[in-house]
Amino acid sequence: MQLEIPKKLSAFIDQAHMIANEVFRPISRKYDLAEHQYPVELDMLASVMDGMNEGDATGGVGAGKLKQQKSERGSGVRNGTNMSTVLGLTELAWGDVGLALTIPRQGLGNAAIAAVANEEQLKRFKGCWAAMAITEPGAGSDSANIRTTATKDGDHYVLNGEKIFITAGERANVVVVWATLDPSLGRAAIKSFVVEKGTPGMNFVRLDHKLGIRASDTATIIFNDCRVPKDNLLGSPEVDVKAGFGGAMQTFDNTRPVVAAMALGVGRASLDRTRQLLKERGILGGYERTLFGSTAAEAELYRMEADLEAARLLTLKAAWLADNGIPNSKEASMAKAKAGRVANHITLRCLQLCAAVGATQTELLEKWARDSKILDIFEGTQQIQLLIIARRLLGKSSAELR
Amino acid sequence: MSKNPMSASLSMLNRFSGSPLVHRLGLYKPAQAVARTAVRGGFKAGIAVARQFKAVQKLVRPERFQQTTRLSDLFDLNVSEEQQLIRDMAQRFAREIVRPAAIKADEMCSAPEGFDAQLAELGLGQFAVPETLGGAATEASVVTGVLVAEDLAYGDLGLALAALAPIGVANALVRWGSADQQAKYLPAFAEASPPKASIAIAEPRPLFDPNELRTRATIDGDGFLLKGEKSLVPLAESCDFLLVAASLVGKGPRIFIVPRDTAGMTIMADPALGARAASLGRVVFDDVRLPSQAILGEGIDVCDFGELLDLSRIALCALSVGTAQAILDYTITYCNDRKAFGEPISNRQAVAFMIANIGIEVESMRLLTWRAAARAQVGLPFHREAYLARVLCAEKGMEVGTNGVQLLGGHGYIKDHPVERWYRDLMAVSVMEGGLLL
Repeated sequence: MQLEIPKKLSAFIDQAHMIANEVFRPISRKYDLAEHQYPVELDMLASVMDGMNEGDATGGVGAGKLKQQKSERGSGVRNGTNMSTVLGLTELAWGDVGLALTIPRQGLGNAAIAAVANEEQLKRFKGCWAAMAITEPGAGSDSANIRTTATKDGDHYVLNGEKIFITAGERANVVVVWATLDPSLGRAAIKSFVVEKGTPGMNFVRLDHKLGIRASDTATIIFNDCRVPKDNLLGSPEVDVKAGFGGAMQTFDNTRPVVAAMALGVGRASLDRTRQLLKERGILGGYERTLFGSTAAEAELYRMEADLEAARLLTLKAAWLADNGIPNSKEASMAKAKAGRVANHITLRCLQLCAAVGATQTELLEKWARDSKILDIFEGTQQIQLLIIARRLLGKSSAELR
Repeated sequence: MSKNPMSASLSMLNRFSGSPLVHRLGLYKPAQAVARTAVRGGFKAGIAVARQFKAVQKLVRPERFQQTTRLSDLFDLNVSEEQQLIRDMAQRFAREIVRPAAIKADEMCSAPEGFDAQLAELGLGQFAVPETLGGAATEASVVTGVLVAEDLAYGDLGLALAALAPIGVANALVRWGSADQQAKYLPAFAEASPPKASIAIAEPRPLFDPNELRTRATIDGDGFLLKGEKSLVPLAESCDFLLVAASLVGKGPRIFIVPRDTAGMTIMADPALGARAASLGRVVFDDVRLPSQAILGEGIDVCDFGELLDLSRIALCALSVGTAQAILDYTITYCNDRKAFGEPISNRQAVAFMIANIGIEVESMRLLTWRAAARAQVGLPFHREAYLARVLCAEKGMEVGTNGVQLLGGHGYIKDHPVERWYRDLMAVSVMEGGLLL
């Protein structure tokens, strides 16, 4: 038993931290204020990250590399791509979570492609920047209830419907769109399709104005008889009622720990900065006195740190399970649920602890307090995570525990 | 208004003789004998004579375990094969012996008759005492200790505390004891009938901080005078000796080995709301004279009090993890079976979400505890980790306890179900210091 980060990953983590500190932090406020303006600085960064991946013998990192390992007996314990991605994203999100979300070629769609695409598709979509379009005006958490349709027509599927909340939807080259082959067949008929930007019938409607993560664009796209080659369907085209959501949901087991990691990064950023600021007020927090013998501010720091550490270890556990081919759906949701709520709580409390300094724009604390809220919402809200965990713990189907 | 000593003694006796527990335990006769002396010189329990310890072999230097070397650099939540074997054993013991005995032990404030013998068969002492002193241990087993504590506490927290308190003393002796102290005390812990002992740190004082001990030791000739009061001491009345934390005037916190029958020492039962099976007691030291060898460790080898507190806190955390897990498993079964409004109550999100949250927090508590233990095992600094584990386990343990009872509603409040006991146990362990040591 060993719960430390392996040394072999420390150089990589240092690199990610350097990017966060040297690239993200200096432009963090700029793109928070200039919402919808593309952060050109990230093009260079994306190339650097591609280069890092190519030269990496351990399987690389990032959204495009996430995969559940097939278990290989006797091959020993592995700390692989899931763990390194989680650790890297924690650092990047420590720098700026909005910018981390809009790094070219690191979209959620890339994770979906990595999770379910076949060999041919993997090759064809290599190097693209893929956004993910699931949510609709009438269906968010209830993603089995989406209304966008895909109708087979010769060698094409024809998409019709409206998708909202698409992270990097306009910036990405392709969008992975969830649509149903037959709304009457429920979740089993839901498939994902890779739609290339510029495909006729794919219309960008607007970009949202948001509470936080303003460096990351959030698009609305309407599909109007949008024809997509049939080979762009990810996974099997058959409607298998037994397999159900399978493929689509697999993506989430891999990406939830990554979103949890982002929450860890923002939470730690707030806590780090607050500790620095409180030090000037004589709050040292050296774990010397008991919780109740500490000042109220110190005790608050300890509680937040303990919760953050719990979220961190839950996230590492979920990633470790994935790296070692062990099903991790419950653990991924636990990580996401804990990290999401803890990060949000920490950023808000840190703002309060720092009073006016926390609330105004001279510091990034108020920005982090806005940024963190999304981490308890996207990739499954807090409540959806609790639902998944509860079903697993109680052994209930989604029909029994709704 | 303060009572005069006589009136205080009488009032205590009154409560004691009126206690059905005293009668049930068959203690009334001996209690009457004790009562006579109690009126004269305070209230001293002394029903049995404390075990005498004598070194049968001489150690040239103290036995210390080598630092465990890290076999791998990787993050790894697997336990070793050996650890799994010990876990299987501990889990079976918890299931078959501990859990069935828990209700009665809670009521009686002590382990049931025969428990000590069954426990001795488990041979936990063997894993603490080095080979040269008659045990089977070759390295410190901090991680294994956490796993065993967790598994036993899954059966019952109080009994786990009773079972592991002497092991904690053995661990402290291995870690810090002088050659003479080890030779004198340690071999007995590997025997078929191991001694009873525990570590006394907590004091009856609001906002108690173990780094500001009120129990004081002063140098007196070639020995020490000990004065002060300890509470929440496991096995207090039945112990053969205690490790007592006191502030050595001019030096700082030290641990003193104090045999049970030392003059000036008064031990009394002091039941708390939880962990009752561990026979918690209060111990008063009224100018207790101790020889110079009573101080744990010697010279620069003196016991590291900060490390002791941390190793103790991790162990207490492990207990709360085991009990919290018991609540999770129990509420899952209960809420799946219990029907209201025509369906299992677990079909409702209000219920299911509470269980999901218990699941999240139990795993959180476990991972923080494991990390602190794993660091201690391989010699990495672990004060911060132990501190944070303690903060989390105290807070979330309390939350899991109260939500566990809530999920059973009125049934959680009555003693037909164990959840109210677990609620009390988690609360008690969250304020303990000492008692255990990894």
